[in-house]
Amino acid sequence: MTDSVRTAALALGDDALVLSQRLGEWAGHAPVLEEEVALANIALDLLGQARVLLSLAGDEDELAYLREEREFRNLQLVEQPNGDFAHTITRQLFFSVHQHLLYERLAAGDGPFAPLAAKAVNEVAYHRDHAEQWTLRLGDGTPESHERMRRACEALWRFTAEPFRPVEGVDVDGEALEAAWLEAVTEVLERATLTVPTGPRSLSWAAGAGRQGIHTEPFGRMLAEMQHLHRSHPGASW
Amino acid sequence: MDAAERYEAAFDEAVAADERIEPRDWMPDAYRSTLIRQMAQHAHSEIIGMQPEANWITRAPSLRRKAILMAKVQDEAGHGLYLYSATETLGASRDELLDKLHSGRQRYSSIFNYPTLTWADVGAIGWLVDGAAITNQVPLCRCSYGPYARAMVRICKEESFHQRQGYELLLALSRGTPAQHAMAQDAVDRWWWPSLMMFGPPDEESAHSARSMLWKIKRHSNDELRQRFVDICVPQAEALGLTLPDPELRWNEQRGHHDFGPIDWSEFQRVLKGEGPCNEQRLGQRRRAHEEGAWVREAAAAHAARHRTPRGGSRPEQREERTA
Repeated sequence: MTDSVRTAALALGDDALVLSQRLGEWAGHAPVLEEEVALANIALDLLGQARVLLSLAGDEDELAYLREEREFRNLQLVEQPNGDFAHTITRQLFFSVHQHLLYERLAAGDGPFAPLAAKAVNEVAYHRDHAEQWTLRLGDGTPESHERMRRACEALWRFTAEPFRPVEGVDVDGEALEAAWLEAVTEVLERATLTVPTGPRSLSWAAGAGRQGIHTEPFGRMLAEMQHLHRSHPGASW
Repeated sequence: MDAAERYEAAFDEAVAADERIEPRDWMPDAYRSTLIRQMAQHAHSEIIGMQPEANWITRAPSLRRKAILMAKVQDEAGHGLYLYSATETLGASRDELLDKLHSGRQRYSSIFNYPTLTWADVGAIGWLVDGAAITNQVPLCRCSYGPYARAMVRICKEESFHQRQGYELLLALSRGTPAQHAMAQDAVDRWWWPSLMMFGPPDEESAHSARSMLWKIKRHSNDELRQRFVDICVPQAEALGLTLPDPELRWNEQRGHHDFGPIDWSEFQRVLKGEGPCNEQRLGQRRRAHEEGAWVREAAAAHAARHRTPRGGSRPEQREERTA
């Protein structure tokens, strides 16, 4: 295992782990029963990806439960709190389009992540479709749902440049990926009668920060909840 | 014999011959309403039953256990969906049934009004609560109403899987550190009696039993199933290295069954009346999820209405303007 593969596995694994944790919070709270199934399904796919990736970098449980906030390498986008359903869907849209485009490229290459990406790309295509369909329904639904989507897009837009910063060990053309992402997201937002936000896609705080272990405030609380039981019983197996 | 009597006789004959009653068949009104009530409450139990376990998803102590728990809670939502669909074949609508749940006019299983206070509770629910549910539900796979019986076949398969996982979770704790063992024992102590209450009141007090048995909706009495469950659990508890919290529990050679102590039926009645530890919390969360999700369902409906594909036609290229 080279250091750069480990760095990359941690970055991609943490993205999946943290987003899965956020989606797990929806269980029992979804707006319609079908979404209980769908959100849990997506969370489970992401957790599966996280386990494979973290296992490439070391022991999955040690990495998930015993690292502190400053050691996590996930994007700031995925750690954002669920907010309302529009907020969650917008976060899913921005991330799943990115992840889908990235995994397609990784699957097509011959790097260490090709086998994982080839398997996960079908799952991620489903996540992307789910997010796109809901973006259309909510954006082009009622005035209230439209307004909620507009606010969510504005709020999360500032985290959308970080996914395209180069990550050591992830061998893709970030600029091309970013252009493809912007085109795909613009197309969906416009079809959903939403306007593409005009604010910066990267504030100085958000730029590349999650990948360096600089996170937003809600993240520490999320980790405290996730790790508490495991940390209370050092050395135990479950 | 007039027409109504002929229908009734044909129905009785079909049930007696162990034929399945299907949605378009004639059935007595009371058979229909009994099934709607039972199936809806079964569906509600799956949906409310997600909460005590979902309570631990974000805190599960290993990624493997977290994945198992997420899959289980997802299955429960799926079971709720099958059961609502099966109930809809009797002419009820899911919206109407959810409304009855939210307004307290229909119930869900009393067991889900108990809290999950430690991680071991997730194992105790799998082993005992799912175990009791399976004991109750396996005979329903032969229920006289076809859609219900078929839903139960699918559900029982998944439930047995969950039950084994719960047992295995408790086994890992029981054989783990002293603190983990104590956590497992404490969970079993708290879940044992409520699990026995899942079979319902004693036979002499069970209001619907006789008719349900006649109609082959039910195949065994509450007390028979409860006894079967106790007999299954005793050796499993031994294998787990855990004790069951009942000083009167012992093998009765003459009966060929385990004797067990009296159940506190006053507690059962209090929980049914809404005075259990979590009744308010469970129903409150369900209502809140539904109310807070109203705008999402309205948006989906508005979007679907605007983009409905005309029968036989294709989706229009030009969409109408969004209307306020």
